[in-house]
Order: sequence, then C-alpha cells, then structure tokens
Amino acid sequence: MRPKFILGGLLILAAVVYLIVSSTQASAEYFMTVDEVRAQGENALGKTLRVSGAVIGDSIQYDPQTLTLTFEVAHVTGDNKEIEAQGGLAEVLHQAVTDPTRSRLKVIYNGVKPDLLKNEAQAIMTGRLDAEGVFHAEELLLKCPTRYEEAVPEQAG
Amino acid sequence: MLAELGFGVLVLTFFLTLYSFTAALYGEWKRSEAVVESARRAMLLTWPLLTLSALALIYLLVNNAYQVSFVYEVTSRSMPAYLKATALWGGQAGSLVFWAWLMSAFTSLVALRKWERDRELLPWVLVVAAFTLAFFLSLIVFFENPFLRYWQTAGGNVLRAVFQPANTLPFIPSDGRGLNPLLRHPGMVIHPPMLYLGFVSFVIPYAFAMAALITNRSDDRWIRLTRRWTLWAWLFLSLGLVLGGRWAYDVLGWGGYWAWDPVEIAAFMPWLTGTAFLHSVMIQEKRGMFKQWNMLLIILTYALVIFGTFLTRSGVLSSVHAFAQSAIGPMFFGFIALTSFFSVGLLIYRWGSLKADVEIKSLFSREALFLFNNLLFMSVLVVCFWGVLFPLLSELFTNQKVTVGPPFYERATAPLFAALMLLMGAAPLSAWGTASARTIGRALWKPALAALFVTAVLFFTYTRHPIALIGFFLIALVLFVTFYEFWRAARARTKAHAENILLAFWNLFGRNRRRYGGYVIHISMMLMAVGILGIELFQRETQGTLALQQSLVLGGYRLEYRDIARFPGPDSREVTRAVVDVYQGERYLGQLYPRIDYYPEAQQNMTIPGQRPTLRDDLYVLLVDWKPASSSGATFKVYVNPLVNWLWLGSLIFLAGILIAAWPERERSAEQ
Repeated sequence: MRPKFILGGLLILAAVVYLIVSSTQASAEYFMTVDEVRAQGENALGKTLRVSGAVIGDSIQYDPQTLTLTFEVAHVTGDNKEIEAQGGLAEVLHQAVTDPTRSRLKVIYNGVKPDLLKNEAQAIMTGRLDAEGVFHAEELLLKCPTRYEEAVPEQAG
Repeated sequence: MLAELGFGVLVLTFFLTLYSFTAALYGEWKRSEAVVESARRAMLLTWPLLTLSALALIYLLVNNAYQVSFVYEVTSRSMPAYLKATALWGGQAGSLVFWAWLMSAFTSLVALRKWERDRELLPWVLVVAAFTLAFFLSLIVFFENPFLRYWQTAGGNVLRAVFQPANTLPFIPSDGRGLNPLLRHPGMVIHPPMLYLGFVSFVIPYAFAMAALITNRSDDRWIRLTRRWTLWAWLFLSLGLVLGGRWAYDVLGWGGYWAWDPVEIAAFMPWLTGTAFLHSVMIQEKRGMFKQWNMLLIILTYALVIFGTFLTRSGVLSSVHAFAQSAIGPMFFGFIALTSFFSVGLLIYRWGSLKADVEIKSLFSREALFLFNNLLFMSVLVVCFWGVLFPLLSELFTNQKVTVGPPFYERATAPLFAALMLLMGAAPLSAWGTASARTIGRALWKPALAALFVTAVLFFTYTRHPIALIGFFLIALVLFVTFYEFWRAARARTKAHAENILLAFWNLFGRNRRRYGGYVIHISMMLMAVGILGIELFQRETQGTLALQQSLVLGGYRLEYRDIARFPGPDSREVTRAVVDVYQGERYLGQLYPRIDYYPEAQQNMTIPGQRPTLRDDLYVLLVDWKPASSSGATFKVYVNPLVNWLWLGSLIFLAGILIAAWPERERSAEQ
C-alpha cells in the first residue's frame, strides 16, 4: 500500500508547487520607489509595479464627471530603518513633499477619489507605467501617519 | 492611583506566573503533590488579579484619564462610553492585557477541573500555561505598558512613566486622540475579542498535548480532554474571521469582505491548521492513527496563534489592522522559536511511542480521505505562508522587493478548495479500513448524477462561467451527499425505533452530536461557498455622477438620486446622507441611504454603503463625493454582488452546527 500513498503525496506536492510557482509568476508585483522606477526606465514597462510615494497636495486634480484622478508623488525611501532614522514616516513624507529636487512621478487613477488622498499622505499604488512615464494606478492605498503614530501629545494641552 | 494599582497588580501577576511555573516543575521533580497544588492555586489567583488590572484600565478609559498615554491614544471625549471601554483592544498594550486576561481565565477553568484521573498531566499543563502567560505579562510589564503616564519636566519635555519622576509635574492633555474612526463600529467591538478567544483557547489543547508528550501517554486521552476546547477555539476563530469580513464589507466601502491582507492571513493560518487538527483527531480517536501528525498540527497551531497575535498587533506589515511600530517583534520571534524548538524536539524524542496502532490499508478508506483532507489544508497553509514570505525572500536573494496580491492567493488556493469540496462529498460515504474506488464510486454516483443535473439547469438558466459551474457542481454534490446521509440515518432510526421521520431526525443530533453537527457545518460551508463564488465571479460595478432625479442602471436595478442632506450625527460626526430610490424595471423597491460620516477630530471620512440584501444579490451603493444639491450633483459607486448573502446566511448555520457539535452529550458525559 505504501508506494501508492507516497505517489499520492508526491502528486499533491507537485500540484502545490506548480500552483505556487505559476500563480507567483502570474501575479507578482514589484515594489519600487520613485527613484527606482526612474532608474529602471524601459525595464519597468509591462511589469506590475507597486510604487510608494508622498502625495503632493497641490498636484491633485479630480474630475468627478469622468472620475479621473491625477496627482504627483515624490520619492520616499522604501527602507523602514531609514525612515525611523529620519524621524518617522510623517517627517519623511513632509520632507519629500517640500523638497523640490526630489524625483516625482505623475499618476493617473480612474475611480473615486479616496478620502485619505491629501498632501503628505503616503500613496501605495499598484499599476503599470506607460511609455511617457506616467503611472496608471489600478489600486490606490493611502496612509496618513501623522495622527495615529505620534507618541507624545502636543505641548499645548 | 489607579494606574499605579493596575501596574502593580500586573507586576505581581507576572511574578505569580513565574512562581507557578517554577513550583510546578519543582513539585513534579520532587514528586510533591503539595508543591504542585501550590502552583495550581497560584494560577487560580492570576484571573482575579488580571481582572482587577483590566478593570482599572477600563475605568481610566471610560473616565477620560488622558494623563495615561494609552487612554490618550485610543479614546477621546466625544466617544460613547461603550466604545471607550472596548477601546481596551483598540491598541497594542490594551490588547495584550486582554489576551493575558483571557489566558488566565482559561487556565483557571482548566485548573478547576477534576484532576483525579489525570493527575500526572496537571504539573505540565500548568508549566505550559504559566510560561505562556508569563511571556505575555513580561511583554506588558517591560515593553508595552498601558499604565504609562505623561509627566512634564521643568524644561518642558514630556516623559512617559508609571511613577512620577523627580522634578516633574503631571501632564494632562485636555482630550485624547481618539480611536481610529474605522474601528468605531459595533463589528469592531466584537471582532477582536472573538479572534482572541479563538487564539487563546487553542493554547489549552496545546498545553495538554505537551503534557501528554512529556509524560509519554501515547493514548488519545489528551484529545478527549480538550475536544471541547478545540471546538470552542475553532468556533471563535471562525466567527472572528467572518465578523472581520462582515465589518470590512459594511465599513471599508470597497464592496468586498476579504483582501488577502497579511493580517487576515495571519488569522487564517491557525484556522487552517486548527481545521485540519479537528478532522485528524477523529482518526486518532476512532483508529489510533495519526498520533504524530496530530501533535505536529497542534504545535503548529500554537505557533501560528502566537504569530497571529504578533502580526495583528505589531505593525510589521502595513495593513488596516496594524498599529504603530513597536519593539516587541524580536520577543515574539524568540518566544515562537523557543517553544517550537522544545515542542518539536519533544515530539521527535517521543516519535517511536506515537506509532499508529494500525496501518492505512486503502487509498479510498475513510482514514485515507481524512489524510488527504489534512494534506490539502496544509497545502493552503503553504500557499498562504509563501505569499507572506515571498516578499522577504525575494528581497533577500534578488534585492528586489516583489510581492504577490490577491490574484496569487485566489489562483493558487481555488483548486485546493475545490479538491477539499470533493473530499467533503466523498468522505461521508467512505468506509473505514479497506475500501476500493469501486465501493466509493457505487455510493457516489447517484448524488453525482443529481449534482450534474443541477449544474445543467444552472448552465441553461444562470451562468456559463466554467469555474462557477465546477464550483456549483461540487457544492451540489456535497449538499446531496450530506442530506442523503441525514435521510439514510433518520430512516434507519424510524425502522429500528419505530419513530416518525421528524423525531428520528431530531434524535440523530442527540445520538452523535459531533458527526451530525459536523455535517451541518459542511452544509454551512457550502452555503458560504455559494456566496464566495457569487461575489468573486459575478460582481458588477458602475459609477457615475448624478444630478437630482438622474439615474444609474446596473444588473437590472435602476437607482434614482432623490435628495441629499447634511446633519450632525452621534459620536460628533458630520453625516452627509443621500436618498436613492431603487427600481427593478418599473417596480419601485424602496429607498437606500448611502452616507459619508466625517470625523472632524480625526479629519477622516467613513463611507457607509446603502445595502439592499436579497438571496439573489446584494445591491451595494456608495456615496463617494457630493456637492450641494443645487450644483453638479453627487457621485455614486454601485456594486451588485450576486449571492453574497448566502455567505452571511451560511455563517449563521455554521454557528448552529458548531453548537450542536460542541454541546455536552448528556448520557455519556459521566464517562469523560
């Protein structure tokens, strides 16, 4: 009886390995910072990218008729330790937005404008880059770190 | 005063658990009943003490004691009292207190049982429970203390400490930061405790498993003793997952309920091993097989429970669930590594004595099908684990962070779930011991034919989507098989006991609760599967900006924008509510009220859908943007989610099924 069970087990194992490998290839998303997207150039075309950046408030444009949302994000580092070293996410986002020398990425998103999309929010976008270097986001996640991460209340209290 | 008291009690309880741990070990070593008894009593004390500490914290939360930093972080004056109290699990430190409190409650329940027959297990159960509790208390006392208060130095700096540092004055913020608005929802009041109840309950079977390993009891006593614990743990974990999904569906406003978020997966992984465990222990009880495997499953479940607690509360992964970054990550990993090392080492040491009483004979016997069920659950676990781990691995080896999203999980797990459903259909008809493909085929062909007929009807009337048809075929197969089993057993009773069919049906549940409760759970899972297939494969959406009296059309519904109003709501929100008339064809169905709740203090919007649930589909309307009614109008996003309400209906039946399975059996309770 044993060989049959070993064969059955191997079959399941092979199926699982196949499922994992093929599904990984089909749905991999490459995490990149804005700088990395810029550095990759043509290489970044055709891949599903997941880009994080700091939202520039003045650049947000939204047309509620066509539900077209465009905005720009500025480069922020993807390294958590570096973020900590520079004084936390809120501080890093603030610097990114106020520093005009940072590389920026133009984003187009078709859909409803999220509530959290505002100046100095962190946008995490999944989508593809077009030949003109504009990022077409299919998914848009936002994080506003300022309110929920500060450890000590403001002195005014 | 209360903060010092709460903290002092925590420290005291921490030392008490250390004492209990040491005393249980020492008493076992010296064979001293009295010392073990003292360890047991020490554990009994932890519950009243932690209750006191938790009550102190809740009192501070409810009474706006913003000098306490945890209170400042999770509550604000405008929150209703019930939300302030339940903000206990709205932040990391409070969650850990809640975890520890549950752990002490369960340990006390276990310590209070009658131990005469299993006296040799007691010290080891105490050791495991005390060690786990001590670990969580050490996290609270040393790293995540909820009783820290703000103090201001002469120089104007604000410090955090429990006791007043020299040369400082109390610093009391006038208002708290308040709980994240997303969490201010009744669903959020019960979802975390359910998950935690499930997590913590699994510690008890693990403790007994370890005790059985250490004392070298290779029988199934530990499984019988903890059978109900396992069922309750599984119930709460399942409910926690379902409630989380329901909360996401009602509050997050994206028309879905499950996003394969790493934190969701962290709660899902112990559910997978727990479900596998629940099935495979039956084989050990009935046939004396899978002993090593069951040990491995409970060890894995315990590790995943700790891992899940850590992930849901640590912020290592960015998700809706995570709170601020914290230093307790390495502690958690250290603890998991340590306990896994000891448990697995012990299992290897006892490997030989856990040999199966009988060998598996046939590939189609019931025990073999249970084995495949377990392998499939493990496969889903591996897929989930890979999905979570893959970004870390690829960053390590290729220096390029790559991640996989929901499509990965959906693609990779769907065939595994389909195989599980096939087993769910076949296993009830299989026989123990020797069975062949022919015997199972003979039992299965009638229900399979009936399921095929249902699928054909659906093909001509509802959908031609191939995946949906495979799914509906499997669902129908499982339902037919399960109902056939009920019918067959009830009919056998009518003959043997001269009962009418309804009474016989009722008595079935009394006779073998676990079996028939299990079948009810299978039915509920199939109803949930209907809902999942419906929303995953047939969800339709549209969006548009409407002026008053204009309409949107989707899936046979017509939505007409009637009115919009702004008014202040409870919990100091500003509510913007739209009124939408719903028509199906020309027939007027009623009104929906999608709304946006704005929380000025958090400067955050919450988008609450208007829903019209029917068994056929769920009409789900979001108000996403608006201008005063006179000008350009309001933007709506509309989803039609077919069949999704079967998911919620299924979860109610699931609850019934597990209550049947876990209810104490009257006649045989004396023997247990």
